[in-house]
Amino acid sequence: MIAALAFYFFAAILIASAVMVVTSRNPVHSVLFLILCFFNASALFLIAGAEFLAMILVIVYVGAVAVLFLFVVMMLDIDFARLREGFQRYAPVGAAVGGVLFLELLMVLGTWRFADDAASLRINPTTPGGISNTAAIGRILYTDYIYLFQASGAVLLVAMLGAIVLTLRDRPGTKRQSVAVQVARDPKLVETRAVALGAGLDTIGIRRPLPPPEPPKKVEHAADHAADHGGHH
Amino acid sequence: MDAFLATPLGILALTVAKALALLVPLLLAVAYLTWAERKVLALMQLRKGPNVVGPFGLLQPFADALKMLMKETIIPSGASRALFVMAPMITFGLAMIAWAVIPVSDGWAIADINVGVLYLFAISSLGVYGVIVAGWASNSKYAFLGALRSAAQMVSYEVSMGFVIVTVLLCVGSLNLTDVVRAQEHIWFFIPLFPMFVIFFISALAETNRAPFDLPEGESELVAGFFVEYSSLSFGLFFLGEYANMILMSALVTILFLGGWYPPFAIEPLTWIPGPLWFIAKICFCLFVFIWVRATFPRYRYDQLMRLGWKVFLPFSLFWLVLTAAVLKLTGWLPA
Repeated sequence: MIAALAFYFFAAILIASAVMVVTSRNPVHSVLFLILCFFNASALFLIAGAEFLAMILVIVYVGAVAVLFLFVVMMLDIDFARLREGFQRYAPVGAAVGGVLFLELLMVLGTWRFADDAASLRINPTTPGGISNTAAIGRILYTDYIYLFQASGAVLLVAMLGAIVLTLRDRPGTKRQSVAVQVARDPKLVETRAVALGAGLDTIGIRRPLPPPEPPKKVEHAADHAADHGGHH
Repeated sequence: MDAFLATPLGILALTVAKALALLVPLLLAVAYLTWAERKVLALMQLRKGPNVVGPFGLLQPFADALKMLMKETIIPSGASRALFVMAPMITFGLAMIAWAVIPVSDGWAIADINVGVLYLFAISSLGVYGVIVAGWASNSKYAFLGALRSAAQMVSYEVSMGFVIVTVLLCVGSLNLTDVVRAQEHIWFFIPLFPMFVIFFISALAETNRAPFDLPEGESELVAGFFVEYSSLSFGLFFLGEYANMILMSALVTILFLGGWYPPFAIEPLTWIPGPLWFIAKICFCLFVFIWVRATFPRYRYDQLMRLGWKVFLPFSLFWLVLTAAVLKLTGWLPA
């Protein structure tokens, strides 16, 4: 009873926010509604007893993908007036495409037949008894289908390498930074001294007033070294 | 009584009571964390710190809270109103709901769920929304720059944090936080996984936008970063949320690496002290290190921050993950 109520509650919000994703004028609001969608979808997973999928959905889609999405959309400079300008012109085309899709959906749904054992499968949890669904998913991905899983990983790796190869250019004259050089202390320029604990207090004027300044001594400055300090080379 | 507690209403009442029993001390702890931070920073800089309101300045947090409540809430005219008001609520709410799964002692969690670690990771990865929405809704350049910095920073450090958590989970064999602590009964994980402990702690600093990674609010170049435009209670919520997040991250470090509610050695006088006190003491130690770091290190430059996250922590934690898995497999210590 409570589970059913919760299901309809989350499902209603999910569909409403999905509609808002498409209809809201401001793209940033659209992305935020999309995030609300993901949230409610993960709540539905929770109700179905798939807590691992619910958390992964939030971590991957809300925590990472949608952040980058929001990041990009926020930085776009969109002129809303111009965006709405073409609405009249493109409305018939859009309506036609939508109509075709709707008809196709009707045809699919009209001839849809559930498998005979679908209802019984839905009642029985797919995880074997005594195993949490985290372990069940792990067993399927990493034990039963490990080669396919590795292959899909390799495909993604190739895609990543491809993107890097396409964008990486080694232009002549590029300034590169070597952090090690930049933060390293040159013993010729910097002198380090060990000061006993609390020894400075007497000489910097906290415990007693400063002693009168000493007569200035001649210090050999390594001023010409300052020019090559830093990490650009 | 037991019959009433078994009804849905009873379960609800019990959960609310548990939540209050956790959140009220938590908010008090947040108030005194701000006091402790000012006091510790002052001592490290040879000053006295707050010492006027109450004995040792102990009433200072309440004076600050009262001052904050009395101020006027200002919403900038160009701001996106609804989102502007929502952003501090997101930050504060997320900082609170994460505590639902924290086991203060054996069996002392409001919700002892199977995927507790993932829940915490999910909630902490959502924290970026409060910041990003605040920055965008303020309609101000400083706030927006702060929000962009924060988004990039939090996403970068989450990746290595994920690997660290996976390494710990490999040694535990369960996603339940209580099980994570129980696995450390004999040896706390910070000893065998010391490099991971260091990486996790530094990532926690970056995740909570604390010094030396406090670029999103870098006051010297961005005024106050993403919450420049906030005043009064809305600013107060950000403030509370950030400090509650610090305590949460300390609790996470305690659970994953410092043995939760277990004493360092299971010998007589140490075992007399109840578990929750050990837990709180460890959190206090982590918080002290948070403040100590702030007093000690200068702020990172932004490109160095990104370099550290992607080019140092990520490869290293990935390497250590594979190493841990290999060692566990070869020695047969892999939990079933």
